[in-house]
Order: sequence, then structure tokens, then C-alpha cells
Amino acid sequence: MSTTIKPVKTAGRPARSLAILALVLVAMLGLVFVQGATAVRLGLDLRGGTSVTLQPRIAPGESGKVTNEAIDQAVSIIRQRVNSLGVAESEVAAQGSGTNRQIVISVPGDTGRRVVELVGQTAELRFRQVLASSSALVAAGSAEVSAGSAATPANGVSAEVNAKFAALDCTKLANLQGTGTDAPTDTIAVCDRAGTTKYILAPAEVLGRQISKASAGIDTQGGNAWYVSLTFNGEGTTAFGALTTRVTTLAEPTNQVAIVLDGLVVSSPRITEPIPSGNAQITGSFTQLEAQDLANVLKYGALPLAFDRGEVQQISPTLGADQLNAGLIAGGLGLLLVFLYSLLYYRGLGLVTVGSLLVAGSFVYLLFLLLGKWIGFTLTLAGIAGAIVAIGVTADSFIVYFERIRDEIREGRTLRTAVESGWARARHTILVADFVSIIAAVLLYFFAVGGVRGFAFTLGLTTLVDLLVVFAFTKPLVTIVARLPFFASGHPLSGFSAKSTGTLPVTKEA
Amino acid sequence: MLKLSGIGGRLYRGETSIDFIGKRRRWYSISALFILLSIGALSLQGLHLGIEFKGGSSFTVNKAGASIEDARAAVATAGIPGEIIVQNIGTNKVRVQTAALDTAQNNAVQDALATKFSVTVESIDTQIVGPSWGKEITRKAVYGLFGFLICVMLYLAMAFEPKMAVAAIVAVVHDVFITVGIYALVGFDVTPATVIGFLTILGYSLYDTVVVFDKIRENTRTITASSKSTYSQATNLAVNQTLVRSFNTSLIALLPVGSILFVGAGLLGAGTLKDLSLALFIGLAVGTYSSVFIAPPVLAQLREKEPAMIALAKRVNGRGTAPLTVNPVATAAVVAHAPGEVRGPRNQPKRKGRK
Repeated sequence: MSTTIKPVKTAGRPARSLAILALVLVAMLGLVFVQGATAVRLGLDLRGGTSVTLQPRIAPGESGKVTNEAIDQAVSIIRQRVNSLGVAESEVAAQGSGTNRQIVISVPGDTGRRVVELVGQTAELRFRQVLASSSALVAAGSAEVSAGSAATPANGVSAEVNAKFAALDCTKLANLQGTGTDAPTDTIAVCDRAGTTKYILAPAEVLGRQISKASAGIDTQGGNAWYVSLTFNGEGTTAFGALTTRVTTLAEPTNQVAIVLDGLVVSSPRITEPIPSGNAQITGSFTQLEAQDLANVLKYGALPLAFDRGEVQQISPTLGADQLNAGLIAGGLGLLLVFLYSLLYYRGLGLVTVGSLLVAGSFVYLLFLLLGKWIGFTLTLAGIAGAIVAIGVTADSFIVYFERIRDEIREGRTLRTAVESGWARARHTILVADFVSIIAAVLLYFFAVGGVRGFAFTLGLTTLVDLLVVFAFTKPLVTIVARLPFFASGHPLSGFSAKSTGTLPVTKEA
Repeated sequence: MLKLSGIGGRLYRGETSIDFIGKRRRWYSISALFILLSIGALSLQGLHLGIEFKGGSSFTVNKAGASIEDARAAVATAGIPGEIIVQNIGTNKVRVQTAALDTAQNNAVQDALATKFSVTVESIDTQIVGPSWGKEITRKAVYGLFGFLICVMLYLAMAFEPKMAVAAIVAVVHDVFITVGIYALVGFDVTPATVIGFLTILGYSLYDTVVVFDKIRENTRTITASSKSTYSQATNLAVNQTLVRSFNTSLIALLPVGSILFVGAGLLGAGTLKDLSLALFIGLAVGTYSSVFIAPPVLAQLREKEPAMIALAKRVNGRGTAPLTVNPVATAAVVAHAPGEVRGPRNQPKRKGRK
């Protein structure tokens, strides 16, 4: 319970404070140009595009199994699919925490329906025997890819699949999207995730959900090599045992088992011995990251996440432009009204308000630019609304201070002392009130999804800027201004005249 | 304007005084009436929830002269079940809202509308909300609300005093109730943007209350050291002294919000801006009222129950004079000479007459 107000020291050095602030502004401006962040990144609602929010569908009793890793894995699967559209600045990100995490997909432009269809399918993990493989760069139709030589006669690959394999070009983005539509009973022609190799794969023999455990480890004796170990459940052990027993003796590449996630090959380890125990180790020249990624893929396979479409928003560029215009007009109008009111009510002092708001505005704008570059901040309509609302919050700080100064003058102080003693008191009020605003912004940010977060972010950011401006600009400026004869003498237009403060002539006597 | 400034001075010295604390029953009754109306409206009519909460699809076609009848006909050909709401937004937009649909049905509606109005499918602004989505955002909003109330209460209890925190929260809950009640009564659409608005009001309404309480705390810090005024009287003076400030901060806050409302409702017709600013506009107005008429009287009532304050009230009344409007010079003098109150410029002898 700190209830005392610390004594104000002196007027400080107002000029120095202003100079530092100017330096900071100039430095930020320089940074903007150095970083090349010359345009605010606009959200989809301001420039048109499609956003889809997916919620994990959790079966009763399985909520504990939806781990962060599973969501991250789902994000990377969806990202792979979305990237296949080749639209610049597409984004896939998880929001929220724990089992309530949602995946938000935003794709600018006119891709609406395709995006919606692309992201809805559940991705599954399967183990399939490799029947043929070749570099993805081989031109389609070239004779050497004819799969007949590589495919085991026992499985008999149809001409249709062979033709598809021959024509498959893994360097094309569209072939790397994976749609979750690979039926486990089909023989399929697919690419690997990186787009460097293409495969013909036999029907799935082991399914992802037959895995019970997977982890990445390091073999400290064998030259610090990273490996991935996995354990199957009962069914999985039998199926994997049978698969490995059959393929070990076969020729390349049919002795490989492909781990296929979402219709794309993640890894295709060669099987060197039958594994009937249900415990397998995948070794290779893994880096730590690769080993952990593969382990995560396998873990995800154990519980494939299905998603519900929570919300789909498709905004045409026309509406986007309209909303941007409306936001800017509303902001301009709001600012103008506040300017007018401050000038009418506070007269000369109103100019300080106008100046402070302009400084705060430039700070916020520069921060928008820089944060867009640094943390991918995008300005949405809700964000613009947050910034406009903040004009009020910022102006409130000035009013609290100015009214305080008038109070002090009413108690008989001169303007110069009133400016200092009023500040000591107003400062506390401003800090408490702004802190409440920041609490509101932080909570809104963490409890909300989508547009609400944009609003909370700008509201919090502008409140911080407000604090900075009040302390480093408004207060020093008022100190300087109070020394000017125009204000100190209580000129009728200064905002400090006896009439405007309501000071009685009595206080002038004695 | 100048007149208003003059009022500021008179209010400050207590020459003009509005009895906020003494007539608290009157303000409480007004608020109680509104809260009863709110509860009545909520239970009879309920809130008019947007599709974000119920689940559903919304399609907006941008086409000058697009008529409601054409839109209805188009949707009818798509064979969509359930209630369908069609409305014009502004002069060149028509919006169709349906219950929750699956992907095929959504595509069918889009295609039908695109054909009817000869526009491309991509130019139709579409929003599709799953049936379980609303529960999710409602849950989050409720968590946000309670999280906020608890955090703010703790913070205010630390920054001011526990009873001020209680009084501030009473005022906030009062604001939420009445704002929600107005929404139920008038039948405005409640969308996630409205909810953001509600949550923001909480912060804003507290801003005003904080300003008033700060002055109350200053006026009453050393109140028991003298027998000049009771807690209620000192509080009333504080509210009067900050009245101009409260009026100004509220008006300044309403100006930008009002301009969003004007532009949002006027230029765009509907959407985030309108929903958000409408909630803010109503909430701000209610918040200003409660920071003057509800929070201070509640605080005074809570504090007057303390033994020290009861004793003080006895001493003050025992003097035979119970001036509701306290002589400000006297108050200032008490503050300045109070023990433990050794502060810089405040503590200096008054240099009256030096201007």
C-alpha cells in the first residue's frame, strides 16, 4: 500500500528530455529506412483474403493426448499444404494455449474455396513398402523411370500408377500439398516432403495409430549419432514384424519402408533385419533437429488430429479497401474533434495537447512499421479501432494533468510551481489509470483469438506510448511553456487566465 | 466553455456543490431501476446474438441495386434449410445470413448468389462459423471478464485501498449490467466485436473511477486528525472537485469513439467498427455515470462503517456545524500541517498574492 506521493524534485531539465525524445524518434525513423519497413503490414480484413480458424476436435477422454507437439505437427502439415498454393505472405500459426489452441490460416487474395478445402482434411501417418523410387528431377516421360524394372512383380503395379509416377514432377508446388486423401488400400505415386525424390508405394501395412511411443535419442558410443526409436502396440508389432521380415531380403529400393504423413514421404529407412519385437530404431545421418522432427511426426501419427472449422472469413479486396478507408477516416475525424475540443477548452494549452498527440501518433506509426518487420505485426480493422480509442486514453492523461495544474493554481500557487506540484499528483493518477488499461489489454490479448488480439495489441502498445509521451514530452513541454510570459501572466488565451481557472480575485490579495 | 471553467473553480472551492454522497439513495434507486429493466429485458428478450455465437454463414454481395427479393430467390434455388435472414446494408450491398451449413451448401449458396447478381464468387464476402465456435469464444470472453475483475481488484487494492477496489468493482459490474441490458432492450446485434467493446469499457470505466478515487484519497488521507468534516463530506468535495475533469475525460474519450461509430455505421453499414464503437459509446456513457454517482457513495458507505470514521462523524456533528461544503482553505491547511506529511513544494508556506 504505497499511498504517499514522492516529493517532486525540480523542474528537471525539460529541454534535455525533449532532445532525447527527438533523438529516439529520428533513430526510429532511420531504422525504418534501414530495415526497409516503409509500409504497414495490413491484415486480411483490410486488403482482402481468406482466413480459416481450425479447432482440434477432441474425442471424450482424449483431451490429455492433444499435446503442443501434436498441434505444432498439424501446423506444419497445414503449412505444407497452404504453401503449395504458392501465395506470398500466407500464414499458418497456432494461437492460444494447451488443448484450446487453435490454428489460424490466412491467405491473401482470391483463393477462398481452395484454401477452405485444403486445410480441412485430417492428415494420417502410414508405413508403406517402397516399390520404386527415383530422383524427382528426372524429366517426365523419360524411359529410364519405367517402373517395371524396380517394382516387385508380386505386388504388380498397374500401368495407371506407373504412368502417374512417370509424369509426377515433385518440383511443382502443387504436388507437394498432401491432402490427406491417400487411401490406405491404394498403391500410390507420391513425392517426399522436400520434393527431391518420388516414389511408388505399396498399400499401407502399418498405421500411425498403431505406434505407442516415439522419441529422438543420441547414441553416445556410436559417434554421437542421432536416432529415432519407436514402439508399436500389439497390432502394430505383428504388422511391422511381418512387413520387415518380408522386405529385408528384397532388392533396393523395395527393402525400404516409407513413413508417409499426409500423402508425403517423410523418411524411407532401409530395413536391414526383421523387427518382431515392436521396438524399432531408425538411424541415419540425422541432425538433432531432423531426429526430433521425425520423432514428432511419429508421435503425431499415434493420434492424428482432426479439426473443425471454427470460422471461415472470406473478404474481397473491395471490402478490404472500404474498411481501410473507413478506419482512416474515423481516425482522422476522431483526432480532429479532439484537437478542436482541446483548443476550445484549453486555449493555448490545447496546443500542447495537439503536439503531444501528434508525437504519440508518429511513435505509434513508426512502431507499426517496425513491428511489422520484426514480429510480423499486421494491422487489422480491430487494431485501427484500438488505436483510435487510444486517442481518447492519451488525451485523458493530458486533461488529468492540466486540471491538476488548475487545481494547484486555485490553491494559490504560481503557474511555475503549480506545473511541478500538479505533476507530482497527476503522475500517480496517470500511472494507475494507464496500468489498468494495460491490464485490460494484456488479458484481452491472452484470452482472445483473431481480431480481438489485434485490438488488444494496439490498445496496449498505444497506452505504453501514452506513458512515454506524457513523461518525456508533455510534462517537459508544459514546464517550458509555463516560463513563457504569455502563459505565466495568465493571458486570456493561455488557458491559465484567472477566468478559466476560476480563481477568485481574493487569492491575489494579501 | 469559459463558463464551464468558472464552474470548475467554484466546484473546487466548494461554493457550488452537488450532493453526490448524501443523496445516494436517489442515485442507487435510478441504477436499481435500470438494472431491473436490464434483467427484465435479458430474461424476456435475451440478447440478439450474431452468427459468430450461434454458428451460421453470412454472405455479402457488393452490387449496386441488389434487392432482397433477388437474394431470397437465389438462396431458395440453392435449397438451404432453416431460417434465412436477408437484409440490405447501405445502398449497394445485400447480406444473406443462414444457419450453420456444410461446405457443399456454402458453395451452393455462393454459386447461386454469384449467378443471380452476375458477380464472381471471390467478390462475395463470406463468413462461415462452425456451431461449436460460439461456445469457445463465449468461454474465453467469460474467462477474460473474471480474470480482468480479479486482477484489477488486486491492483487497486494495492495501489489504493481494499475498500476502494470493492467500490470500483461494484461500479464496473453495474456498468456491464446496464450496458448488456441496453443491448437486450434495443436488440442490437452482439458480435465478438461487441464483446471486445464490453471488455474495453471495463478498463475505461475504471479510468474515470481511478481519477475520482485518487482525489478522494488525497482529501481524506489525514481526515481523522481533525474534526472538520466526515468521510462522506470529504468524499463529496472530492467528487465535486474532479467533476470537470470527469466530464472532460469522458467527452474526449467519446469524441473518437463517436467518430468510429459515425463512420462505421454511416459508411460501412455494419461490421466490426460499428459493433465495437456502439458498445464503447454506450459503455463509456454508463461508466462516466457510475464513476461519479455509484463508486464514491459506495466507498463512503463502506468507510463510514469503520469505528474511526463513526467517531469522526460524531466529533464533526458534535461541533454543531455539519457543513456539507467544506471551506477549502481550511482543508488545504489541514493537509499541509498534517503530521508525517512532509513534502516539498506542498509544505512550503503559501505565497499568496504572488502571481
